[in-house]
Amino acid sequence: MSIGISIDHIGAATGGDRGGPAQPLLTVNRLVKHFDLKKSFIETLIGGGKVVRAVDGVDFRIMKGETLGVVGESGCGKSTTARLLMHLIAPSAGEIVFDGETVGSPALPLREYRRQVQMVFQDSYSSLNPRLTIQDSIAFGPQVHGVPKIESISRARDLLARVGLEPRRFAGRYPHELSGGQRQRVNIARALASKPRLVILDEAVSALDKSVEAQVLNLLMDLKDEFGLTYLFISHDLHVVRYISDRVMVMYLGKVAETGPAEAVFEQPLHPYTRALLSSMPSMDPDHRTEEAALVGDPPNPIDPPPGCRFHTRCPQAEAICARTVPSLEATDGRETACLIHEPGSGHSRADAVIYAA
Amino acid sequence: MNASTDSAAKEAIVSVRDLHVTFTAGKKPVEAVNGVDLQVARGETVALIGESGSGKSVTLRSLLRLHPARHTRIEGRIEVAGANVLSMGSRALADYRGRVASMIFQEPLLALDPVYTVGAQIIESIRRHENISTADARKRALELFERVRIPSPERRLDAYPHEMSGGMRQRAMIALALACRPQVLLADEPTTALDATVQIQILLLLRELQRELGLAIVFVTHDMGAAVEVADRFAVMYAGRIVEEGPTREVIRNPRHPYTLALMQARADGAMEKGARLASIPGAPPDLAHLPMGCAFAERCTFAQPACLQTRPDAVELGGDHRARCLRTDATIQFGRPRMERPAIPA
Repeated sequence: MSIGISIDHIGAATGGDRGGPAQPLLTVNRLVKHFDLKKSFIETLIGGGKVVRAVDGVDFRIMKGETLGVVGESGCGKSTTARLLMHLIAPSAGEIVFDGETVGSPALPLREYRRQVQMVFQDSYSSLNPRLTIQDSIAFGPQVHGVPKIESISRARDLLARVGLEPRRFAGRYPHELSGGQRQRVNIARALASKPRLVILDEAVSALDKSVEAQVLNLLMDLKDEFGLTYLFISHDLHVVRYISDRVMVMYLGKVAETGPAEAVFEQPLHPYTRALLSSMPSMDPDHRTEEAALVGDPPNPIDPPPGCRFHTRCPQAEAICARTVPSLEATDGRETACLIHEPGSGHSRADAVIYAA
Repeated sequence: MNASTDSAAKEAIVSVRDLHVTFTAGKKPVEAVNGVDLQVARGETVALIGESGSGKSVTLRSLLRLHPARHTRIEGRIEVAGANVLSMGSRALADYRGRVASMIFQEPLLALDPVYTVGAQIIESIRRHENISTADARKRALELFERVRIPSPERRLDAYPHEMSGGMRQRAMIALALACRPQVLLADEPTTALDATVQIQILLLLRELQRELGLAIVFVTHDMGAAVEVADRFAVMYAGRIVEEGPTREVIRNPRHPYTLALMQARADGAMEKGARLASIPGAPPDLAHLPMGCAFAERCTFAQPACLQTRPDAVELGGDHRARCLRTDATIQFGRPRMERPAIPA
């Protein structure tokens, strides 16, 4: 119990906003995560062996109060990035700065950071403890962080009401007694129970039916306003990301391909991969069906990613230079893109063209 | 004029009449499908659209009788290519599966056998139905792999399912399904587990195969966008019934059942503008073990009237082969086309 009290004390001291609105809530610098594959005996002796380059040098910022959408195909590193941000897995390299303090430094110990950053997962069932009632699940996090039991329970009941689950009917239920949409509401309430500032939503609505998805998206928008939250919203559903995000980050094979304001990225994609991804969306217009797929084949394996620009093997605009040079993330007009075409003097024949001709 | 008018003239290759499927394993019988009528003409693609628990996959699986016989009660009539599926003996059923109608599943990694190479599985399937040598069957398998555009097909025939990428596995499963030249292809969410850039490739492949081989396809999905890409006709399911059915263009442009209408408006891309609230459907789908007496959608429906709680509505003909099971089709007519133009993408 004494531990609990001391932690609550730290929480009270460092909970609020510090850097002011202009300081990004989260800054990620050169974040890297390589997973080792099974090594042969010789490889263990002499070092080496193959690694999965799940996240390979990712930089981005999340401003206070904004929603950053992250899109990309499987294997692009979006979920690994989320887990790294939560420190569920340790990064191989790179740093995460939360409101001006480096995460894991004495000024911001992991435990305090985790209270301020919470996560909602895709699978609403496996992310709840089947032996706890939903009220106990929601109250558990604050109790760990030193909130007295009675207070944490009343907070849990308030949150249940807030996410649309009448506490008198639902508080004592177990996860299997709820529908998928209701369980995801519980997960959202649990994430909010420790009064976080940043909520990471990793495919949080992807498993829901369309009619329920709309309810949960509306709820997320309301909660964001009410509690002054910042969201990192990961999804493979481009429509949903466009709808909910202020800014969008497109990832491909462990790297950032493009970031920018959502409307700009969707209306005027700069990176050839973003363009291909957008034109892969089904058309919804029976008279103008898609006639040709934008890309052929599957995304390459992140174990042995292509050299140079990772997209050059599938890119319609690739040139010889793309296989040799790794593009850097170049900033222009509040947008960033990692493509040699947009890097002046890169050696790509289209490099100095201002914007894509249509 | 379109596929649907033809379909009335053309003989239906799949004909389902008043299908009821009840699962009896649990404490209470679950009426997963209650009263589905569905006709599919040769060379036509019909999309069965619905949310989880709407009975779309159960209907599809009934066409191959994949439900465990001990715990399932199937009533009604299913005819595929002139044969009565529900009266088949086990031998006839085995001849029918794969030869007349075959199925592709959502997750090829689970549907394919992990301990045999993909080529061996295709060869086995061909030799089960046709009296040809292994070498000839392998030749056919190779042609199929080329047909579904698997790169380096000769080598891939000897690959195990886990050695392939997701998109390639789905192509291999399509090749397996087509191995015995079936007339009907049943697709159960075949692109749901795939990435966006791969999904569109598979959808285009299905469309191409359908055109060239004259297949009839029943395509089950919850994704309207994917359905629009492949389907000639839409059949929207809710709580075990087809609530609206018609040519794709009609259903997308003029949805007349309140459920279809709400589903269209709930889409994030149908929202009027960013930040505007999505039109969500209140509540949740009904419990299939306790279906209400009246229209199953009535309690979530903005158009519902007292009469809706009393009777299960019959199909109302709306012209042009378009039907909806709703008492209030007069009220939904004015809503016209929900906004859902494709976002402009510079080429």
